[in-house]
Amino acid sequence: MEILVCVKRVPDTSENEIEVGSDGQDIDRDDLVYSVNEWDNYAVEEAIQIVDKVGGKVTVVTVGDDESEEVLRREMAMGANEGILLSDDAFESSDGKGIAAILKAAVEKGSYDLIMTGAQADAGAGQVGGMLAAMLDQPYASLVNSIEVIDDKKLKVGREIEGGNQEMNEIQMPCVLSIQTGINEPRYVGIRGIRKVASVDIPVLGASDLGIDSGSVGNAGASVKVQDYFVPVFGDGAEMLEGSTEEIIDKLIELLKAQGGLK
Amino acid sequence: MEPVLIGPSNFTLLGIPTVIFSLVIPIIGVGLFTYIMAKRIAPLVKAAPDDRFGDIPNRVINVVKIWLAQWRQPRYMTGGILHILIFFGFLSLGIRSTSLVIVGLKEGFVVPGFEGVIGHAYNILKDYAATWVLVACIIAAVRRGIFRPERYDVPKKYGHDHTGEAVFVLGIIATLMITESLFEAAYVAAQVQAGVKPDLAPATIAWLFKNILVGKPTETLQTLHILSYYIHDLTFFFFLCFLPLGKHFHVITSIFNVFFMRTKTGNVKPVQYGVEDDKLDELESFGVKKLEDFTWKHILDFYTCADCGRCSDQCPANAVGRPLSPRFISIKGRDKVFENYPLRGDFKKSEPLIGDIYEEDEIWSCTTCGACEQECPIGIEYIDKIVDLRRGMVDEGMVPQSLQKPLSAIEKRGNPWGKMEKKRADWTKAEEFAETCQVKILDKKEKADVLYFVDSVSSFDDRMQEIAQATARVLTAAGIDFGILGKNEKDSGNEVRRFGEEMLFQDLKEQNMDAVLNSGVRKIVTADPHAFNALTNDYSGLPPVEHISQVVAKAVKSGKLRLKMIEDESRVYTYHDPCYLGRHNNIYEDPREALDALEGIRRVEMLKSRDRSFCCGGGGLMLFYEPEEEERMGVLRVRMAAKAGANVIVTACPFCLVNMEDAIKVAGMEGKMEAIDFVELIDHHIIR
Repeated sequence: MEILVCVKRVPDTSENEIEVGSDGQDIDRDDLVYSVNEWDNYAVEEAIQIVDKVGGKVTVVTVGDDESEEVLRREMAMGANEGILLSDDAFESSDGKGIAAILKAAVEKGSYDLIMTGAQADAGAGQVGGMLAAMLDQPYASLVNSIEVIDDKKLKVGREIEGGNQEMNEIQMPCVLSIQTGINEPRYVGIRGIRKVASVDIPVLGASDLGIDSGSVGNAGASVKVQDYFVPVFGDGAEMLEGSTEEIIDKLIELLKAQGGLK
Repeated sequence: MEPVLIGPSNFTLLGIPTVIFSLVIPIIGVGLFTYIMAKRIAPLVKAAPDDRFGDIPNRVINVVKIWLAQWRQPRYMTGGILHILIFFGFLSLGIRSTSLVIVGLKEGFVVPGFEGVIGHAYNILKDYAATWVLVACIIAAVRRGIFRPERYDVPKKYGHDHTGEAVFVLGIIATLMITESLFEAAYVAAQVQAGVKPDLAPATIAWLFKNILVGKPTETLQTLHILSYYIHDLTFFFFLCFLPLGKHFHVITSIFNVFFMRTKTGNVKPVQYGVEDDKLDELESFGVKKLEDFTWKHILDFYTCADCGRCSDQCPANAVGRPLSPRFISIKGRDKVFENYPLRGDFKKSEPLIGDIYEEDEIWSCTTCGACEQECPIGIEYIDKIVDLRRGMVDEGMVPQSLQKPLSAIEKRGNPWGKMEKKRADWTKAEEFAETCQVKILDKKEKADVLYFVDSVSSFDDRMQEIAQATARVLTAAGIDFGILGKNEKDSGNEVRRFGEEMLFQDLKEQNMDAVLNSGVRKIVTADPHAFNALTNDYSGLPPVEHISQVVAKAVKSGKLRLKMIEDESRVYTYHDPCYLGRHNNIYEDPREALDALEGIRRVEMLKSRDRSFCCGGGGLMLFYEPEEEERMGVLRVRMAAKAGANVIVTACPFCLVNMEDAIKVAGMEGKMEAIDFVELIDHHIIR
């Protein structure tokens, strides 16, 4: 089975202190550390496990700048067979539709039975998977938390439903799936693994390689644009507890008691 | 003097000279033994290399002390004394057993040099030896078979009970002792009847048999003489060939195992002997994945395990019900070697060990506290095996999710919480602290005599920052010119290495070495035993490293630090030895001496202290690991402190303090027990 997994390099929320930048358009990106988007990492692990079982190849693709190559290498150290970097100045500041369009062009350059994306990434929009499926005119299942290969045409996929319910579907391939965390336990990638794939060639494709009109993607083609980016002001009755963890807990208990929430 | 009975070399049975048996039994016995040993040596040859030929003086000392003098045996008194009796009995009877084999071929053979007084004295000694060995065997068999001490139990998942094999071997030994004595007693009885007055050591089994046999017909004595000889001969060679088939292999291998055992503590074996750190990238595979990835010493360990269960009895992971029992790391390893290298048929192809004989959680359960190695009476090692198995798992990506986050954070930020590098020195800026104590952050311009290596937990954890602050105040009070590395300091990597992520450790080491050497300090001090251990045993080429307890002990002695009377005399203190200070680095007395310098202190020792200290639950990455366990190690430890009559546990390690403080809460002992770090207690009592 030929599987393509779309991944993204994102600031690691657990290892950064995220603050809004002074221009109010984005977070402050100085002094940040990056890693592969957590959902995408689960998708790559799932793809590797499928290929381990039924054979085939896993390709990872990302839209980004030169630095995004590091997440491709990390996923290749994990076991993905190939990486493709989609990089062009024209791609910068693409909206979700733009990213999906770039990915669609890359998908059409290959022949994939299954395309996976993470359910969402740092922006939390969760739109690329669905748009990509629509553009490719392929079936789509979102928030997938289990995959079973039935034969070379069909998959059985589980989906997480509101309220902790589970839904099982049969889906025809080729198709697009957006993957939920917890679908598996991604393997560890050590420094040694990354060094092993450090010199593997990763092709870089730009707008012209993909046959994309520069005006249709990037900032120029974006029909959704960020207007403002800020930490909401505290509304009436909201209070931020400060201090050490223990102090915060003590204050919280005190407050709960005072309001009659704890007896 | 005419022999009173015909010896086995001249006897004929139904017209057949029995000397044929005297010749055939040893030839078959030695032949079979050689064959079995050749098969046993094969996996040692195929195993990974190991460097065990250096440090010969200490190896010889180990053989004399640990093997010959049985140094560690009395740590378990009953079993130890029984073993010492049997061990010295075996050593004493070695000459007799060998000469008996030749007596079967040549009547009246005497070992050269044993003709006169020496031989006479030896005969008395060997009769007593046979007696005490027999008595020890009977007691041991009753103990194993009837009283069944708990530590010999085999939990269901590890297979069947081992009592049968143990008692069987005791039976074989008893048979050897009885037949050897009977062979002699029959002859002496015949001598008595012939009017010769031989002397036989009184109150030995030979003497007892003689007394029973005197007066019996000569034919009976002759039959017993020959029969006991050949039963002894057969049993002796059967036993020889039986030894390499099970736990009694240690009779042969223990002397070698002790000679080759670890002579240094606190260190971890390199990924592969003979491969320099900068060539690690060229290795195709890392760590132990299949049997032959173990080094030959580690296979020898498997052979040598006597199944005594002392390691597991001391293992804190085993005590709290984690899925780890060091004894079965060895037993399962040994059984696998036996299975893959059968005595008959082809050697089997090796399969991955994880998922076969070992489980992932089993290998992650170890805190590397070293209690098992400290206890093993024959020098079996576990830490290096665990670390090597973890290296193999890391290489294959088999790392629990709970550990992946902190490892990735260390890779990116140099600390397991992923906190910003620039905040590493924030503890020095805390308002109250900064008013009274200034800490230099060393760089190109700012220099100091001594580096205080803080390490991650004391730099970032809210509570443990107090240890860092207390350390800084104590160093200041002792008049020491010191500074810290601030954002240039990375995690020391003690656990990174011991959790198998060698390449990440190498990165951390390189960065820290650069930072330390660039700072130009003359000495390093740390209050974190894990950092102390890594800097001392894993790094090389650094200035000398001291733990804060050593600094305090010296400063108190020289008068640079003056301490007050203990503030609260109602408190009873007990000192908990951190594994990486005590067992791994032999620092037991400095913290105790420094504590005792507090006038009026009431200090008690826990039953398990010094080299038998009980791990608090583990430090570094172990804080993040979520083990399957019934109870926390720390909870057991605080109960031990309570049992000793203490109400304050003094530790000298930030991780111990984390674990103890948590354990006090979990055990519901708040108000009855408290935990404090050594340096905090000293800091409270300095006369400034």
